[in-house]
Amino acid sequence: MADTGLTCDETQLMDGNQAAGWVAYRCSEVVAIYPITPASPMGEFADEWASAGKKNLWGDIPQVVEMQSEAGAAGTIHGALQAGTLATTFTASQGLLLMIPNLYKIAGELTPFVLHVAARTLATHALSIFGDHSDVMSCRQTGMALLSSATVQEAQDLALISHAVTLTSRVPFLHFFDGFRTSHELNAAVPLSDDDIRALMDNDAITALRQRGMSPDRPVLRGTAQNPDVFFQAREACQPYYDACPAAVQAAMDTLGARTGRKYRLFDYHGHPAAERVIVIMGSGAETARETALYLESNQGEPVGVVTVHLYRPFSIADFVGALPTTVRAIAVLDRTKEPGAVAEPLYLDVVAALAEARATGSSSFKTEPMVIGGRYGLSSKEFTPTMVKAVFDELKSDRPLRRFTVGINDDVNKNSLTLGPDLTINPPGTIKAIFFGLGSDGTVGANKNSLKIIHEETGQYGQGYFVYDSRKSGATTVSHLRFSPEPIHAPYLIRTAGFVACHHFPLINQMNVLEHAAVGAIVLLNAPGTASEVWASLPRSVQEEAIEKQVRLWAVDATEVARKAGLGRRINTVMQTCFFALSGILKGDAVSQIKHAIDKTYGRRSEEVVRRNHAAVDQSLSNLVEVALPAAASAQHERPAPVPSHAPDFVQRVTGMILGGKGDLLPVSAFPVDGTWPVGTAKYEKRSIATEIPQWNSELCIQCNKCAMVCPHGVIRVKPCDPAALAGAPEGFKALPYKGEEFEGSKYILTVSPEDCTGCTLCVAVCPAKDKANPKRKALEMLPIADIAAASRTSFEFALTLPEAPRTKVPLQVKQVQLFEPLFEFSGACSGCGETPYIKLLTQLYGDRAVIANATGCSSIYGGNLPTTPYTTNAQGRGPAWSNSLFEDNAEYGLGLRTAYDQLGKQARTLIETLAPQLPGQLVEAILAATGRDESTIAAQRDRVVALKDALSGIASLPARRLAEIADNLVPRSVWILGGDGWAYDIGYGGLDHVIASGANVNILVMDTEVYSNTGGQQSKATPIGASAKFAIAGRAIAKKDLGTIAMSYGNVYVAHIAFGARDQQTVRAFLEAESYDGPSLIIAYSHCIAHGYDLAHGLDQQKLAVDSGHWPLYRYDPRRLAAGEKPLVIDVAPGKARLSQFMANETRFRVVERDDPERFKMLLNKAEAEARHRADRLRFAADFQEPKAE
Amino acid sequence: MDLSTRYLGFDLPHPLMPGASPLVDNLDGVRRLEDAGAAAIVLHSLFEEQIRQDRRNAERAMETGADSFAEALTYFPGLDHFALGPEAYLEQVRKIKAAVKVPVIASLNGVSAEGWADYARLIEQAGADALELNVYFLATRFDESAEIIEDRVVAIARQVKQSVGIPVALKLSPFFSALSGLVRRLETTGIDGLVLFNRFYQPDIDIEALEVRAQIELSTSSELLLRLRWLAILSGQVRPSLACSGGVHTVADAVKAIMAGANAVQVVSLLLKQGPGALTQLRDGLSRWLEDHEYESLAQMQGSMNLSRCPNPAAFERGNYMAVLQSWRT
Repeated sequence: MADTGLTCDETQLMDGNQAAGWVAYRCSEVVAIYPITPASPMGEFADEWASAGKKNLWGDIPQVVEMQSEAGAAGTIHGALQAGTLATTFTASQGLLLMIPNLYKIAGELTPFVLHVAARTLATHALSIFGDHSDVMSCRQTGMALLSSATVQEAQDLALISHAVTLTSRVPFLHFFDGFRTSHELNAAVPLSDDDIRALMDNDAITALRQRGMSPDRPVLRGTAQNPDVFFQAREACQPYYDACPAAVQAAMDTLGARTGRKYRLFDYHGHPAAERVIVIMGSGAETARETALYLESNQGEPVGVVTVHLYRPFSIADFVGALPTTVRAIAVLDRTKEPGAVAEPLYLDVVAALAEARATGSSSFKTEPMVIGGRYGLSSKEFTPTMVKAVFDELKSDRPLRRFTVGINDDVNKNSLTLGPDLTINPPGTIKAIFFGLGSDGTVGANKNSLKIIHEETGQYGQGYFVYDSRKSGATTVSHLRFSPEPIHAPYLIRTAGFVACHHFPLINQMNVLEHAAVGAIVLLNAPGTASEVWASLPRSVQEEAIEKQVRLWAVDATEVARKAGLGRRINTVMQTCFFALSGILKGDAVSQIKHAIDKTYGRRSEEVVRRNHAAVDQSLSNLVEVALPAAASAQHERPAPVPSHAPDFVQRVTGMILGGKGDLLPVSAFPVDGTWPVGTAKYEKRSIATEIPQWNSELCIQCNKCAMVCPHGVIRVKPCDPAALAGAPEGFKALPYKGEEFEGSKYILTVSPEDCTGCTLCVAVCPAKDKANPKRKALEMLPIADIAAASRTSFEFALTLPEAPRTKVPLQVKQVQLFEPLFEFSGACSGCGETPYIKLLTQLYGDRAVIANATGCSSIYGGNLPTTPYTTNAQGRGPAWSNSLFEDNAEYGLGLRTAYDQLGKQARTLIETLAPQLPGQLVEAILAATGRDESTIAAQRDRVVALKDALSGIASLPARRLAEIADNLVPRSVWILGGDGWAYDIGYGGLDHVIASGANVNILVMDTEVYSNTGGQQSKATPIGASAKFAIAGRAIAKKDLGTIAMSYGNVYVAHIAFGARDQQTVRAFLEAESYDGPSLIIAYSHCIAHGYDLAHGLDQQKLAVDSGHWPLYRYDPRRLAAGEKPLVIDVAPGKARLSQFMANETRFRVVERDDPERFKMLLNKAEAEARHRADRLRFAADFQEPKAE
Repeated sequence: MDLSTRYLGFDLPHPLMPGASPLVDNLDGVRRLEDAGAAAIVLHSLFEEQIRQDRRNAERAMETGADSFAEALTYFPGLDHFALGPEAYLEQVRKIKAAVKVPVIASLNGVSAEGWADYARLIEQAGADALELNVYFLATRFDESAEIIEDRVVAIARQVKQSVGIPVALKLSPFFSALSGLVRRLETTGIDGLVLFNRFYQPDIDIEALEVRAQIELSTSSELLLRLRWLAILSGQVRPSLACSGGVHTVADAVKAIMAGANAVQVVSLLLKQGPGALTQLRDGLSRWLEDHEYESLAQMQGSMNLSRCPNPAAFERGNYMAVLQSWRT
């Protein structure tokens, strides 16, 4: 894009999603939406704007429809288009794949349409939410035009080009920009005026669209089935439209350029006019390549240039060849995708073909035919920096460049990755670069976004903000990268050397290399308590050494204390922001006044009190800011602890430890499994210490109910019986009680807490029924500062781990005793107080040693399987859940596939045993084939028999014996579990779930119902209840949630349980036992409190009780076996009516905001919800009375 | 029978009106009360603390988990989508004002110094005819004297009175150690009425769960006695008009309240139990009682049994403590 000559004043800060989303909204009449990262914000914006009454270009509020999946959204759009409306949608990654069938149809019917894509990695060996072009490249054959934006500004401008040209060309457009890097980058962009948009939207083309719309007044037929005689010709008939499309795009770009000064070409060339080496690239990487080329040209005189591809489909050979300087001798084509097995990646192939075509047709005017090589870069948002661009240009200089290469990784397996030179930093003069380390939800990111706005508005400087989050949902770290410059900022990569580094959460100093990217002489600001010398002394030695080596200017402020005194609680952002402004000097003049002015604007609408407190914090910040003088040498004797302990397995040391230490980028290809297979049980090596208070066991009060262990979302509390003699070596202060209960009479009872794995959610204390009679607020579990009790707690926990687990065959299957089973799901990164994980933990306690889990994409797949560490683990025998995630939409089918396979293998094993019976011990054969139960004793006995069988088989040299030995483990029953959330079960995966429960297969389905799409940020699902506000249902959902349990019960052969562990844990355990023992499909729908409900999850259990008592969440179990036994199959476990629905709703923000905003509407919704709860209770009561008539 | 009375400067056809309660939560309820003959409508309170709490909760809910995980940078629609301030209450005032012809008395419970005055102004702008200040402080702090509390009450009354032009009543709690003296000070602020008394949630102990549970019970006629005493003491001695609130369930209760000096009688528990029709019955019963007892008008009865007019004023004063004890023994 050419320099526009515009000033910063004319720009606004926005991100790519907002930029593209706004144009799409203004240019559309129907918007179909479905959440998927990183495109969700576009749908959310559309819904919010519609909710706020914002209008499109023609004065109407677009109709925004949320669908059950991207496939549903595409189908809806297809229909809306056929009716002659302007329709749009947004998606990414697998969502885009689900749209492909409709994209073919929409394109085949030459339908004007724009699909905006925040381009994201496709799930292959692993899922990734980050950005590359593997999704959009999967659509290049659909007939959609593909238009690529490289920047936030382009995301807006080319969105308009797409909407304009699709109308006139009739070719539908897929407009895309890089997920996260562009979709989430805040940057300055000049907003399009309505006049600009109108100028490009052709009214005649809209009229033609209307005329083509399906109408009974002028009926036509579309979607015929055609035969060999005509299909081919008819398919070719559209070609002229594709031929004309590039020129139409260029014409629109020219019109836009004439109006705005922002000039685009289909293929934009930047660089030396007589370049010899050229990179061809699209997306945000083009911005980096372009800036680097210009730098190399102007600073080092290198004849290099970059072609940025905007219109990738239809690919205009003439325009592409015309964009290249005739002097070019070598071209590197960079693809942000990988196509294993292909000759090369798609953009490369297109370039090679285009050059060959030009050569063949004589339209090539190169002085010498250029040599072309192809490389991959930036998969899954892997950094793409000027250093990497230079490496590519350098490779083009070599005599024998790699024909296929990668850049940005160390591929020591395929040995085709480029070696990088020294760091190349490109800074326009006057650029300020700042990095901020913070904790999720601590306000750091919000404050930095605010700082960007203040600086942009107050100083006229351009700003850029990009925010990096880690993969945990609790205790996550954030790193904010902020650039400010008098010139527009074209640097879509992380800051490598910053002049300002701030650490908002002091413990991070011990976990991350905070000074790694500090420049020499950088200002470093720490939120740290104590005097300057105390702050210095608390720094690990390596940090001290790096500070001295780089001669940073070190400052400290006890922001936590300043914020607390100012009445801001733990919100330190104002304090840190004030110090940033003061130290960086970026605000000219009276910085304090400008900050206060910004606070007035930010908080003014909330309350005077909030403003006053923030002003007080500003005033106190600078007086508490102290400079820490650097001594000549480091003095600290302590060092940052290693990311994983030295006793961790080799893989964890070599790979997981590197990732945890923030050095994952340095791992070579050889470090990784080739097929996405990872070891389990790694979460235990990552001690995060995110809680400030943890529970202490006051054993003298304990009644051994084990409810604390049951509710602990993170598997931190462990209970077990043990032999008193085993306590001989117990550490000092280790507590044990005489075990209460016959099963382990004479044993000791112990309860221990893993301090560094606790998140401090307090659910254990909430559920504890054992109170000190003289001081009832003190319970058998009591939250105390971690610093006071961590050491003793850790020692006790580690000792307890060395004690043998309770023998499984002796543990009664009651709610209290099942907590004695070892959890094989521990220390997950789920939200503190998560309402889902206790169910999974229970599952692994009951069946983990023989469970296979199919997990739908969502929260449970993220805390279950997101690197660096994972919570599923093994017992002492090495057994544990085998876990896998296929997709979001197919999980039930995926689980059915697993079940089918195990059944088949089990059947084969039995057949082979029968075949080999004459050669095997008769009793063994008989016993193996006769084993039918699934209780612990039977399982244990069968496992022993399988060992004996394998032993016997080892002496038989035959193929059947070998085959049997391979599959003999399948003679022990596998427990197949299908896990997911309500977004999967109620919406996108419902069809599959329905089919699987109708199949009769022996699978166990656990739906953890949070009543909202939790993982993508709180969009409504069909499980969202009446009256709840959620994204896509801001004013409160008005339709009852789907009664999934009743639907499942209607089959008659499905075990169904509706459970809530916080309300009735006994029923929960019973449901799991019944579901697993049922030889058919079982569906457990589990109420799961969630941060998206909007209350302190410390009250999650109370809310679960209220949900049940008010009738919001009935507890019942439907067991088809009872039907067969002549009993009533449905048992209602808790009758509602002990509480009112309004009591339940009053405690949760999702309902409360609706009530506060519009009491009358809320009242209407409440009445509706009450009626629905009554109706459901009536339905259940009616069904509960049903009993099969006894045969005469 | 002439039941007319004057309360907060309004000439009312009779003294009976619903007190601050959920009865007026919706327009249908309000209309039913007006149809039942309510002399005025008293709205439930706008609780500044509740607004603040809701906003704080909402903000906390929005902040929890926000900017923490790349897939879900927020978990809720933005706060800007919701009117979490007093808007809904003010809209309710506007709607009720438009729906009924009788005076509409809004009610306010503030927390901050500026909250009382700011919200009072907004309520006035929304069209309320008068304002009842629901003032109470549970003095749990050991360093807080009765004087500090009283000063605060007086300051609030003065501040609100200076902020609005509509009549202002103060609904007091019965727990002031020197109520008469306080009322005298309140008079200087220019307030127009006093409502005796507020009723509160009371904590109870769950002896099984070892927990404290707050609850509110509907009033009974026995609670009227406290009101009668203070109505009688204040009646005729202070300028602001007086309303009785709490314990009126029967015609006799209403008669007593008026005899003690009430210009208006607020009823809540009775209406919650029996519906708006009970107000009609109370009004008609009051009329019949006056006729049966050959009163010329309600005004004739008003304050007839107050401290200065009743035949045995000592019964309202401290002396009757002994008398009650003695009567109990006998």
